[in-house]
Amino acid sequence: MTDLRHLADEPLLRTDGLTKHFRIGGGLKRKSLHAVDDVSIEIGEHEIVALAGESGSGKSTIARLLARIYQPTGGEIYFGGKPLSGLKSRADTLAYRSDVPMVFQDPFSSINPVFKISHGVLRSLKLHRPSLSAAEREAEARRVFEIVGLSPAADIMNRYPHELSGGQRQRVGFAQALAMRPKLILADEPVSMLDVSIRIGLLNLMQQLRDEQGVSILYITHDIASARYVADRLIVMYAGQIAESGPVEEVLAAPRHPYTQLLLSAVPDPKAELTLGADTDRGEPPRVINPAPGCRFRFRCPLAIDDCHHQTPKLLPLSPGHDAACLVAQSGAEVKAF
Amino acid sequence: MLSAPADRPQAAATERYTGGSAVRVPILTVSDLSVAYASRRGDVCAVENVSFELAAGEFLGIVGESGCGKSTLLFAVAQLLVPPARITGGSVAFKGTDLIALSERDLAPLRWKEISVVMQSAMNALNPVKTIGAQFADAMRAHGVTARQEIADRSAEVLAMVGIDREHLRSYPHQLSGGMRQRSMIAMALLFTPDLVIMDEPTSALDVVAQRSLMVQIKELQQQLGFAIIFVTHDMSLVSHFSDRLMVMYAGQVAELGATRVVFDAPQHPYSAGLLDAFPSIRGPKVALTGIPGSPPDLAHPPDGCRFAPRCPQVQDQCRQRPVELYNVDDVQVRCLLRGNGVVQGD
Repeated sequence: MTDLRHLADEPLLRTDGLTKHFRIGGGLKRKSLHAVDDVSIEIGEHEIVALAGESGSGKSTIARLLARIYQPTGGEIYFGGKPLSGLKSRADTLAYRSDVPMVFQDPFSSINPVFKISHGVLRSLKLHRPSLSAAEREAEARRVFEIVGLSPAADIMNRYPHELSGGQRQRVGFAQALAMRPKLILADEPVSMLDVSIRIGLLNLMQQLRDEQGVSILYITHDIASARYVADRLIVMYAGQIAESGPVEEVLAAPRHPYTQLLLSAVPDPKAELTLGADTDRGEPPRVINPAPGCRFRFRCPLAIDDCHHQTPKLLPLSPGHDAACLVAQSGAEVKAF
Repeated sequence: MLSAPADRPQAAATERYTGGSAVRVPILTVSDLSVAYASRRGDVCAVENVSFELAAGEFLGIVGESGCGKSTLLFAVAQLLVPPARITGGSVAFKGTDLIALSERDLAPLRWKEISVVMQSAMNALNPVKTIGAQFADAMRAHGVTARQEIADRSAEVLAMVGIDREHLRSYPHQLSGGMRQRSMIAMALLFTPDLVIMDEPTSALDVVAQRSLMVQIKELQQQLGFAIIFVTHDMSLVSHFSDRLMVMYAGQVAELGATRVVFDAPQHPYSAGLLDAFPSIRGPKVALTGIPGSPPDLAHPPDGCRFAPRCPQVQDQCRQRPVELYNVDDVQVRCLLRGNGVVQGD
């Protein structure tokens, strides 16, 4: 494990210009798909950061870059101040993976159906904490199962995945992550496959893990309402870039980027009256292939000015801690697109 | 438009809608419909005694958790159940004809022309090795439209209705985005301007922005063409603005059925209330939510009394004793003893 105490100023995890391009096509038609472009984020300790955006906005790619499933095309990830490109040995990589585990979207396909529930936790304990004896591993597994609300743990651990509901399985995912005594859990749409009535339980669990276990969580979602419920900070992605970021309440109360406003307007609010057609956007997020400079949202943006077509907006602070990548907002004009 | 086949029931002609304004005549009457899945442990009753009526041009939302029987109910209405599922009782009367009694051969002319279904996953429902246009043509030829020009024109027309350029008739499903695939599925369902379109979670694979734009589109098409919709979803808030009536299902039964606005504003059943409270709000003060603890019952061994009793925050002793019937409370049907026999007056 990395000792962080001497690096007090450094956030838990920081990315600097993180970029991931995928090559598509072959031969003369080879192109590059810009999944993530120049993304710099910070995640502090004891913090839940929500990463929100439409499908294809690059949010899952970021999670996979942070989990070292993908290697970045450019930029660097610093964990506890140390660059990840410096991790060369297997021991270092293992240590990082136990500090930053991932919880996957689909609880039905992410647990091996032929083994008991305890299998995944015990295996990862054996791999990541080899000093524990078999009895200690068992006790540790029981501890994490109790923490995530799967009790009686001894009973649940002896069951098979098909005997658990979706919500319980997703808790198993968090138990597996927690067993490694992580500092940061990467949660990629952990509740989107679950029924509405049990989603809240998982969101509450994430808050409880932050408050009682002191872990940070990167919560990836397309559901802004759940992001507001659970997160401290919000990062909104569009087409591989950050559109806006800041404290969640501030961003949602006064969104400065037109895309954030669009996302907010699309959230169904049962209490409000429906206005048909008034604010409907029929556009779709672009696949960013060999992009020219310019704001990537300009084709859907009702406020686009000439500059938006040639100049890529930078993510700049509009007020302390609240950044937006919008030329119109940065010019000081009021942004009210949706 | 395309003419009705000769073997269509006579009643149909008198019940056609006029233009955009819906005539409140039921086109679909489902009575006491029950569906069971055969299993080694005996029959598992997935849908139990469900009754509802659907007027021409009406939008009915059906919500519930996974396993509550909502999709099974939909398939039973559309006569698409395959073994081990089978209808064990009740009737599905479409314009006066009981669909359950019809043979596949008699059902075929009704499918697409009168009743069409939009499946949940467009990626799986569309044929990956055929172009969108070829699949449209397939459906039209199967129903007797063979003129090439007519097929091409109608295909382009329905595609335009959902806002997709006719150029995409030559596209394969993988070349379209998730939203476009789902919209082309809806276009396909509208090829023959059916009177009833059944939708099984058509938006669940989409993100919020695409979801909303698709819902608005569906609603606009409905207002324009006047078809009735049964829309199944697990996301209650999604249909809140779009459906006329809302049916909340729990463990194979109707928990609550009433006008959407009424159910949202004053849910009578503790389950509906719990579902509504399970959505974090985007506006207003931030409040801690609890959701609904526990999980739905195993339908092979449903609880003796009210099926929601094990999870219900307001449960009483007598809730566990005998099955609860549907009570009519102010135009809303609700399956809750607390509302039915005045044990506790509603607040």
